[in-house]
Amino acid sequence: MASHAIEVKNLYKIFGSNGQAYVDRVKAGLGKAELNEKHGHVLGLQDINISMPAGGIMVVMGLSGSGKSTLIRHINRLIDPTAGEVLYDGVDICKMNENDLREFRRHKTAMVFQKFALLPHRTVIENTIYGLEIQGVNRSESEKRARGWIERVGLKGFENHYPNQLSGGMQQRVGLARALTNDADILLMDEAYSALDPLIRVDMQTVLLDLQKELKKTVVFITHDLDEALRLGDKIAILRDGKVVQQGSGQEIVLKPADDYITAFVKEVNRGRVINVETIMQPMSGEQSGIPITKGTVLEHAARQMTANNVTTAHIVDAAGRPVGTIDLAAIISSMVTPTTHLQAA
Amino acid sequence: MASICSMLPELLCKFPAIDDTSIRIARKTIDDGFKGFVRAYGNAIDALVQPLQWFLNFLEGVFVNSPWIIILAVMVAVVYAGSRNMRITLGTALAMFAIGLVGLWNDTMITLAMVTVCTLISILIGIPIGIVMARSERAQSIVNPILDVMQTMPSFVYLIPVVMIFGIGKVPGLIAVVIYAVPPMIRLTNLGIRLVDKEVLEAADAFGSSGWQKLKNVQMPLALPTIMAGINQTIMMSLAMVVVASMIGVGGLGRNVLQAINNQFFTVGFLNGFSLVAIAIIFDRTSQAFGRRLQKHSEVIHG
Repeated sequence: MASHAIEVKNLYKIFGSNGQAYVDRVKAGLGKAELNEKHGHVLGLQDINISMPAGGIMVVMGLSGSGKSTLIRHINRLIDPTAGEVLYDGVDICKMNENDLREFRRHKTAMVFQKFALLPHRTVIENTIYGLEIQGVNRSESEKRARGWIERVGLKGFENHYPNQLSGGMQQRVGLARALTNDADILLMDEAYSALDPLIRVDMQTVLLDLQKELKKTVVFITHDLDEALRLGDKIAILRDGKVVQQGSGQEIVLKPADDYITAFVKEVNRGRVINVETIMQPMSGEQSGIPITKGTVLEHAARQMTANNVTTAHIVDAAGRPVGTIDLAAIISSMVTPTTHLQAA
Repeated sequence: MASICSMLPELLCKFPAIDDTSIRIARKTIDDGFKGFVRAYGNAIDALVQPLQWFLNFLEGVFVNSPWIIILAVMVAVVYAGSRNMRITLGTALAMFAIGLVGLWNDTMITLAMVTVCTLISILIGIPIGIVMARSERAQSIVNPILDVMQTMPSFVYLIPVVMIFGIGKVPGLIAVVIYAVPPMIRLTNLGIRLVDKEVLEAADAFGSSGWQKLKNVQMPLALPTIMAGINQTIMMSLAMVVVASMIGVGGLGRNVLQAINNQFFTVGFLNGFSLVAIAIIFDRTSQAFGRRLQKHSEVIHG
């Protein structure tokens, strides 16, 4: 099953009785505050253009009120846009009729919710087969598939428990199993881990990353936590007041924050876990020195390997083992500490 | 007062009521119109509710004609199956036994049949209306005032048109009881569905549920505790209303109470009254215990 990319184009959402009437004026520069005060409409999203990579994890990050949850609900159209397109496999989701939309939701998308949104009167297995039941898959087949996913998310033995009998982390595993059992191409995760405590959150991130290695779904992940965004995201878009402030890879955002707002965000980030060695390596000069480090290794791991081997320099090799550059401990350390310019900006 | 009135124009002092002649004409027109309507359609309406009569007669026949020991055994079994509680079951057996001892068994059976039919009809009418109300703001704004009228209008008042249409008997009594008992069923169904967690509904939508699937899988099961409370209230109100309905020909315990009032039979009145209370408590405890059992899954075991 090949995943497809999702293209969000010129998306606007204005909440209120007659949002349509204000789209052109917002395009012409009417601000969020003015729209709210003078016209009683709330600007949810403006001019969103994101192309979400096929088979990758797209993280949309923002603080509360930034419009991130509104954005993800446009992908399965739980919220209708005021203007713009959401394209999946060349089809504009916003133009689907009711039947097509229902079929799209049943077969192409699955969603995980912040507060789990499990059915309290159904057991774990009954919750997990919910999507298949809606699709009309027969009970024995859907239970077989569900059991597999329940086991994969680590809930074997809990099939007949009710959600209330499980901890938050376990409930969200059910939420994840329910979404995966649907076997949909797009996985929408709306602050899926925000309600979990930090250790369990990291644990669940690992579950997702492991699964994603083999599933290669198009994942859209919403979070307010930059560390989570950097850990999961193949691509990250940062939202503020309904606008995309910056989008790109985690490294790009950490190394080249687009403005003071993002600078303030990234200054607390553990840069050693985000920046790759090739980003700061020097071109090869002379002979290879120190130990070989594979391209794509993050600085923290590189430093660990070098100190373990008692060397201060290393050379970077590509996947085929050819040397492509050199690096030393001093350069790694200076890149891992937050630059003073960033400190001042905040 | 007269002194104040002398300073005011008469219009502001004496309420400008429509004069008696006009009122009389209006009253006569409406009454005659209604009587004409009853004459014209009375038979058709009677035919329409005939199945109710059959059902009621059948159930009453079963309750009254079966040997008491079978009825008692079935009741105890039903109560136990519903509540899984020995105290409630034992209490039921004792209460029914006491009712039999004071010679009210047959009357109690008649009342029981009446309340059973009334409750079933109220559920059958109330749940669909409640669902429609929950789905549409407009339906809610139309139905709510009607329910207000049904609940606050003194029951004796709507007995008048009911008797005019159906005459005296069981079916008019049944209709009067249902009018009185159905509002909590409708209101609590509506409330229960409206209180369903928005996020769970959103999840149902996100997985592509149709309206019917949402109702069946999410809204009704999650509204069930509130709906059960509605059923409980409906039973209680039916029991209260069978006494009033005895005025228009419903038999059973209610009629005994009515006779006791008319003749100042203190003991008879209280014996019948307590029998009603006993049935009410049996119904209430059993339905509540059953409702709690249905909600077992909401017990939090993991903190």
